[in-house]
Amino acid sequence: MSGPSTYTPKSGIEKWIDQRLPLPRLMHDTMQTFPTPRNLNIWYTFGGILTFCLAIQIVTGVVLAMHYVANAGLAFDSVESIMRDVNYGWLIRYMHANGASMFFLAVYIHMFRGLYYGSYKAPRELIWIIGVLIYLLMMATAFFGYVLPWGQMSFWGATVITNLFSAIPVIGTHIATWLWGDFAVGDATLNRFFSLHYLLPFIIAAVVGLHIWALHVPGNNNPLGIDVKTPQDTVPFHPYYTVKDAFYLVLFVILFAVFVFYAPNFFGNPDNYQPANPLVTPPDIVPEWYLLPFYAMLRSIPNKLMGVIVMGGAIVTLVFIPWLDTSRVRSCSFRPMMKQFFWAFAVVCVLLGYCGSQPVDAAIAGVPLVWVARLATLYYFGFFWLIMPIIGLIETPKKLPASIAQSVLGASAAPAE
Amino acid sequence: MYLKTLSLGLVVGLLASTSAMALDTKRLEPKDEKFSFEGPFGTYDRGSLQRGYQVYKEVCAACHSANHLAFHDLAEAGGPEFTEAQARALATAGKLPADPNDKGETTDDKGAPLMRSATLADHFPSPFPNEQAARANNGGALPPDLSMVVKAREGGPQYVYSILTGFGGTPPHGFKVTDGKYYNPYFEGWNISMPPPLKANTVSYSDGTKATVEQEAHDVVTFLTWASEPKMEERKRFGFGVLAFLVLLAGVLFAAYRKVWKDAH
Amino acid sequence: MAATTSDAGTRRDFLYVASGAIGAVGVAGIAWPFIDQMNPSSAALAAGTTEIDISAIQPGQQIVYKFRGHPLFVRRRTPAEIAESKAVPVASLPDPLARNANLPDSAPADDASRATKPEWLILIGVCTHLGCTPTVSTPAIPEGDYGGWLCHCHGSQYDVAGRIRKGPAPQNLAVPVYSFLSDTRIKVG
Repeated sequence: MSGPSTYTPKSGIEKWIDQRLPLPRLMHDTMQTFPTPRNLNIWYTFGGILTFCLAIQIVTGVVLAMHYVANAGLAFDSVESIMRDVNYGWLIRYMHANGASMFFLAVYIHMFRGLYYGSYKAPRELIWIIGVLIYLLMMATAFFGYVLPWGQMSFWGATVITNLFSAIPVIGTHIATWLWGDFAVGDATLNRFFSLHYLLPFIIAAVVGLHIWALHVPGNNNPLGIDVKTPQDTVPFHPYYTVKDAFYLVLFVILFAVFVFYAPNFFGNPDNYQPANPLVTPPDIVPEWYLLPFYAMLRSIPNKLMGVIVMGGAIVTLVFIPWLDTSRVRSCSFRPMMKQFFWAFAVVCVLLGYCGSQPVDAAIAGVPLVWVARLATLYYFGFFWLIMPIIGLIETPKKLPASIAQSVLGASAAPAE
Repeated sequence: MYLKTLSLGLVVGLLASTSAMALDTKRLEPKDEKFSFEGPFGTYDRGSLQRGYQVYKEVCAACHSANHLAFHDLAEAGGPEFTEAQARALATAGKLPADPNDKGETTDDKGAPLMRSATLADHFPSPFPNEQAARANNGGALPPDLSMVVKAREGGPQYVYSILTGFGGTPPHGFKVTDGKYYNPYFEGWNISMPPPLKANTVSYSDGTKATVEQEAHDVVTFLTWASEPKMEERKRFGFGVLAFLVLLAGVLFAAYRKVWKDAH
Repeated sequence: MAATTSDAGTRRDFLYVASGAIGAVGVAGIAWPFIDQMNPSSAALAAGTTEIDISAIQPGQQIVYKFRGHPLFVRRRTPAEIAESKAVPVASLPDPLARNANLPDSAPADDASRATKPEWLILIGVCTHLGCTPTVSTPAIPEGDYGGWLCHCHGSQYDVAGRIRKGPAPQNLAVPVYSFLSDTRIKVG
């Protein structure tokens, strides 16, 4: 995709296909010879891991849909029959449920990596923005999926999230009713959520295609954040990164397997093993862990509309990062001040997640958590809208290495052989 | 046991120091009961499962349904592993509402509903025909379905065990037990609608095990944990194979990774 | 130099092949649960037994029940029908095997092997050609030339023991596993 193709068909058949549909050429240029910076570290393997996660979710999801019944009276029982009666149904459902958590774990690492190494900066702004779109679609898909087992958390989660829309002045309640298809979350809601839950992953797959396409125009960023200058700076994608990605993918799958087989309900909530009951709300409504930071922001704002705006703004903000960062240097490795604010930001996100997981009236050391969440929310927005633009202007970055090859191979970068 | 005493002591201490304030009726930490199915290699104790089924059937099933359990489950690997003949006999003893007869009737001459014996394919019969009947017979409270009670409660097996063995204490000074309810500090709010279900020798075990309250509770919790997670043994076995395989694959890939990259530096 | 490169290359190739082979084994292994999930579930298998009260069936009458999603023919044969069926030489039949799940596979298709109690013929009502349900023949409305069943999809004709006599069907109608719990109650499956 970038630069002239180096593909030469090896056989008559390959040539014949290449002239009609250059798919072998595309595979060859993007996955085999693609020049990739030689200094990508472990954090750059998460792109491949995420592709794997999406594939696992689609395959297990299609299979689950063969047994699942999207009906408010039958959904809960059908999930239990998958767990008990369907051959290996327990395995497939636990893979799907834990797969969602692993997917988000990987996507957060991927996003923080991009943030640290400045992968959103020119010329990669669109890769980042498409990534934010994927993240949004993932959250929507995960939310729809969480509703499907029709347990207590499914039902009340759906109720709370759809009620967010009722915060919109004038038309809000109409939007909520429109989403429900009834006067409350019910059978109609479950059916449409199932339909959307099945649809969205394929849209995600298409947008991931755009994400990777956009990546292959400028090529990968790298931990040094400097451009590729000479062929010595890169290695071909295969075998160097195929084997590296494969190795770290297997490590990731080991972690995944530990959850699936030995702690399958670790990320789940016991309340979701009780059938949905529209008359009784569980005492503590908690979203899945990956949404907790946003949930904490929502709860920390005492005004309904403002809470929703702040929560939505936290995600919309991500779109503007390429222009909020004024630094000429990409990688935080060479930005002593920004590095500290970055790590503070990471801690703040975890802290927000913790606040979201606790009961509304909780406190640590006498400080009500709602105030902790407020300060953390302030830092979240301050980090992007104030710190990022200002630090970029006042910070003196460290000296950048002359080239990737020189940095990796050291002073003796002269060809040894 | 030690933990239990400790937490009780803590609560008593707390109560003493805050006697002027309203009682905090948050549920106590569950007892630290040990079960055979814990840990990555834990399996269900078959004897305990079969005894637990007996306790469930003779005690719990009088009020609680277990809708997700079928009689054929009782004979399947990883469960109580009754023989198929035993499971069939247990099923035949269960009665379910029959289909309409050839005349289209669903009740007999006296108005009693027509019943039929359950088969291996049938799920466990419910003690009450509907929620209203269940509430009417239990002072307005609905006995929860037990098929997934262990998975559906924070604290799991230990929590259910603590509830079953948590009756009989003297309520602390200042705590009033609501009429028609029972004092159980392991239950949120300390007032529970369920009367103490287990006494010594409530059931008589055919294998000679002494039927203390603790033993009965331990057995029925084992049974209910299996009811929640009937594929646990298969899951752990499968998982061991998968992890062994993945570690091998990771090893080979690591060697390949090192080899490939050695040439690059 | 060249030798080293080739040695390293060999070792590298070996590791590629080993990784690929182990990976392929893993993919094949994890594929099985995804295939097996489409097989009948344990609930479906447990539901494969049906008990039927046959006391209301009159001589010459057939009643159709549902068994594992298929029609189950229970026909109470008249003495004349039994005699007619017994008179057919097994060697003249297109399918000389009993196709009775209660008997060995090699049992011949004589009448006694088709119906253990001659009065009661119990069959899976699925034409062995392409799975349609054959229509029963009665004196009032005869179906086919053999007094048994006619499959209207492609014209297979069965006799009063459910044996194929004419048409494209390759086999006699199957006899399922069944047993008499009493004179009036059978258990199928």
